[in-house]
Amino acid sequence: MLDVRASVIAVSYIVAAVLFIFGLKQLSSPGTARAGNRLAAIGMALALAATLLDRQIVSFWTIAIGTLIGAIVGIYFGRTVQMTAMPQMVALFNGMGGGTAALVSVAEFLRLSRIGDPIGVGEATSIVLGTAIGAISFTGSIIAFGKLQEILPGKPLQFPLQRLVNALILLAVIALGVMVVMSGGTATLWALFAAALLLGAMFVLPIGGGDMPVVISILNSLTGLAAALTGFVLHNQMLVVAGVLVGASGTLLTLLMSTAMNRSVGNVLFGAFGATSSDAGATASAVGHTVRQTTPEDTAIALAYARSVVIVPGYGLAVAEAQHTVRELATDLEKRGVDVKYAIHPVAGRMPGHMNVLLAEANVPYDQLLEMDQVNGQFPQTDVVLVVGANDVVNPAARDDPSSPIYGMPILDVDRARNIIVLKRSMGHGFAGIDNALFYHEKTRMLFGDARQSLTQVGQALKSA
Amino acid sequence: MSQELVLGIYVFIMAIFVGFEVISRVPSVLHTPLMSGTNAIHGIVVLGAFLVAGSADTPLLHALGFIAVVFGAANVFGGFVVTDRMLEMFKKREAPPAEKKNA
Repeated sequence: MLDVRASVIAVSYIVAAVLFIFGLKQLSSPGTARAGNRLAAIGMALALAATLLDRQIVSFWTIAIGTLIGAIVGIYFGRTVQMTAMPQMVALFNGMGGGTAALVSVAEFLRLSRIGDPIGVGEATSIVLGTAIGAISFTGSIIAFGKLQEILPGKPLQFPLQRLVNALILLAVIALGVMVVMSGGTATLWALFAAALLLGAMFVLPIGGGDMPVVISILNSLTGLAAALTGFVLHNQMLVVAGVLVGASGTLLTLLMSTAMNRSVGNVLFGAFGATSSDAGATASAVGHTVRQTTPEDTAIALAYARSVVIVPGYGLAVAEAQHTVRELATDLEKRGVDVKYAIHPVAGRMPGHMNVLLAEANVPYDQLLEMDQVNGQFPQTDVVLVVGANDVVNPAARDDPSSPIYGMPILDVDRARNIIVLKRSMGHGFAGIDNALFYHEKTRMLFGDARQSLTQVGQALKSA
Repeated sequence: MSQELVLGIYVFIMAIFVGFEVISRVPSVLHTPLMSGTNAIHGIVVLGAFLVAGSADTPLLHALGFIAVVFGAANVFGGFVVTDRMLEMFKKREAPPAEKKNA
């Protein structure tokens, strides 16, 4: 028979697991999503409170002070981060979780080694995998954060023999892992920890900023898996259930995203995307098409006298924090009787749904947001397409040019609209690092500058148009 | 294999199916909040950090446990707060929100 404390813990864990499952279910629908998140938070509070009853815990000071510091840091950054910087925030928190899983695995191994208990193969394997996966997720997420925050260059970082070096580090991680399982040794486990930290960084560095959504999603599911593995190490079913729920849902999300980009996950991770693209870029500009510039005033007139306008937001909108400005412009156009819609590419921005979140922040109504499949048939009847800081997702080469590195990726067919106005900071390349024939198209006009400033100027010009 | 390990593997496999089934039909609008929400849920690993930190009996284990608790707690609290902020924007409102630009 279980004693009372153990029973309370067990029942709390079961209730928490059910709350997590219902929370995830509700997160899947716009109306209930917020309640779902709160349900999951209640489940978390219950599980953590119940854990404090565990007899294994004899000292509460470390837990109390650590939780306080972590909570202050988490809540502070969680509340103050700009909505536009959210992807990197998720990456950072994800890295924290991965680091926790790795440290817990290492600490448990040290404890078991010191007591001198024989460590079973199952336990040792869980410890090795928990340490390695957690450490990879930790440094991988930090590099992803650095790339999105533009501390590190977003372009793929490559150097000679990179794949060979990475393969050797991977082999070292595997070899060290096997050694720990076969013969133990705390020094070996520390070496494994270090090698896995290095591997995580090296594996994300060569991936371009445009693929970061997929990478963060992979790292998210890896952290879930690492959490589940610590559940095996600590004989704690709560960790197993919650960790696997995240691992499974994160994997599904990764597959959905890769499908949207028409690339396999393997291609994202090992594609060496930037290498081939510079050639394609060179040929496209070598054709010698010229770029036609326009002014805010001309843009305002084109928009004011259009019947239908489709706005295509991209990462540039997020960087310039232009979501409110674009919404104001759209409202002014609607007052003039212009039909305004937004075309959302599934991977526009840096995370799936990134654009939806930003536009929702600016109060753009749901029914104005059209997904790729809905909107693509409408472009030939659209008078003006306003591309705000999007690039690769409107590149016709993905549809027409088999030699392009992004060939096959579904795009928004904006080149089929009657007029195209592209708001862009400069003629720089998108995150895929390739040139875009759309910018040289005879129907295209370029409006250079910061998206928010440009849109503000267009808005002012519109008032007098 | 111990009975407990076998049971653990059962739980593991069942949870995979539940995880897939529960979120298989999510509109793309909610992908980012969902990723953020699952991100918060894997913060449950802080529970493991509690067990390690609470039973630590050497300075090294105390240190590891402490760092693990800080990281894990940041994951949990930050994760839920950020997700809540994202989802707050999805509710219908009439008044335009105050500009939140204080870089």
